[in-house]
Amino acid sequence: MGVMTFAGTALKNLFSKPVTTSYPAEPAEYKERTRGHIEIEIDQCISCGMCTRACPCGTLSIDKIKGTWTINRFDCIACGFCVEKCPKKCLTMVAGYQEPGGEKGEVTYTKSPEVLAEEARKREEMAKKAAEAKKAMEAKKAAEAAAAAAGEKKDN
Amino acid sequence: MSKRSVIPYGPQHPVLPEPIHLDLVIEDEKIVEAIPSIGFIHRGLESLTDKRDFNQMAYVAERICGICSFGHGYGYCETVEHIMNVEVPDRAKFLRTIWFELSRLHSHLLWAGLMADAFGFENLFYQCWRVREKVLDAIELTTGGRVIFSVNKVGGVLKDITPEMQKMILETLDFVEAETKVLKKTFMNDYSVQSRMKGVGVLTKEQAKALGCAGPFARASGIATDMRMRGYAAYGELDMEPIISNDGDCYGRCEVRIGEIFQSIDLIRQAIAKIPDGELAAVVKGNPNGEYFTRIEQPRGEADYYVRGNGTPNLDRMRVRTPTFANLAGLCETLKGADYADIGILVVTIDPCISCTER
Repeated sequence: MGVMTFAGTALKNLFSKPVTTSYPAEPAEYKERTRGHIEIEIDQCISCGMCTRACPCGTLSIDKIKGTWTINRFDCIACGFCVEKCPKKCLTMVAGYQEPGGEKGEVTYTKSPEVLAEEARKREEMAKKAAEAKKAMEAKKAAEAAAAAAGEKKDN
Repeated sequence: MSKRSVIPYGPQHPVLPEPIHLDLVIEDEKIVEAIPSIGFIHRGLESLTDKRDFNQMAYVAERICGICSFGHGYGYCETVEHIMNVEVPDRAKFLRTIWFELSRLHSHLLWAGLMADAFGFENLFYQCWRVREKVLDAIELTTGGRVIFSVNKVGGVLKDITPEMQKMILETLDFVEAETKVLKKTFMNDYSVQSRMKGVGVLTKEQAKALGCAGPFARASGIATDMRMRGYAAYGELDMEPIISNDGDCYGRCEVRIGEIFQSIDLIRQAIAKIPDGELAAVVKGNPNGEYFTRIEQPRGEADYYVRGNGTPNLDRMRVRTPTFANLAGLCETLKGADYADIGILVVTIDPCISCTER
């Protein structure tokens, strides 16, 4: 049974620098992999919605037409599942934690007007193509029906 | 016979790390009976299976607890992997073992600090947590989180530990080993520390067995139970023996946990020396259909996971039996006959994790 077993540690402590740092005067050091918060390169986003379906806490939402990506940063648990699922790799996990705020608001990122215009043009083109394909299909069906009707008449 | 009175203890109490309520029946200064009640931080994580798919549940399971988070994520993933017959790559198994032991290391150092705080040795408390901080740094470097790792997924792991990181982990282990050896002297040999721990809260082997205690709490009473001997993850390829003590008192529990700090250091060194190259995760297709039951060794003891899938992304049932739940009965037994002043030590001595227990 010993006495003064802590004396060495206590003495060492007296003559050494503090282990703690004086944050925020001294900025915090983050590691490369630190899961702080999520950032998005919104112009790379294709609004596929994979991140919104992956998120375990349902904090993400997208609007395809408006070209927006919305996050409630106070609901985000920084698990990184959306970053893993993103097919375009436009979501990244960045060091530095979410800063405190006065209210729990959502943050919305909107695509630049050029990208939005390009997407609208592509959508229109697609719609046009789809309409044409539908028309062609209908015409084909009508022709087939007419041919069948003619065949039936002939049989009679 | 002197008068009996009931003293409510907790859920908010300076000595309690987490909310548990005890109704203490005392006679003079001695406790006659302790009746525990929990339910102050129930979050209903198990019923989230209705709304979240089985991949998302890996992240939910991890958030059952803030200290043994890795174990919960791992236990859940292993159970689902068994249902889906997924063969996890060897490298992933070793990485999981390294992270599991790092989490045990930081959990035991945290406990050592809380124990020092409970018997009123503030300086020792800070020293333990100073050492623990280095372990947290190693965890943050490799996973990106300090206590929530988020590296497990069904089928394997998400991140790799590069050779530079392995070197850094080994350096951290050298530091932790040297510092813990110094702190161990105070915990094990100091006169005043021993006077608070020796012979306090004795739980015999028979009692521990009958009450179904788990983990270091049971091992301190001489029961050689350690789920790691089952050989899950990469434990089957590493040399280890359960650390036991026959004292059954607070001193024995402290001895077991401090011994396990050195055991974890040894296991991580072995795992880093043996880690094979290869893939990080296997491809997982389809949804779990069937049921499975897994037992793993958390820092606090044996934790059991039960998962039942029905072929859809949402599971039928997920159930977790946590070690603290098993140890509460043992705690109440040790409280009987104890001095009122020793309650703080006795509660901390089972390493309570009420968040785990209530989920």
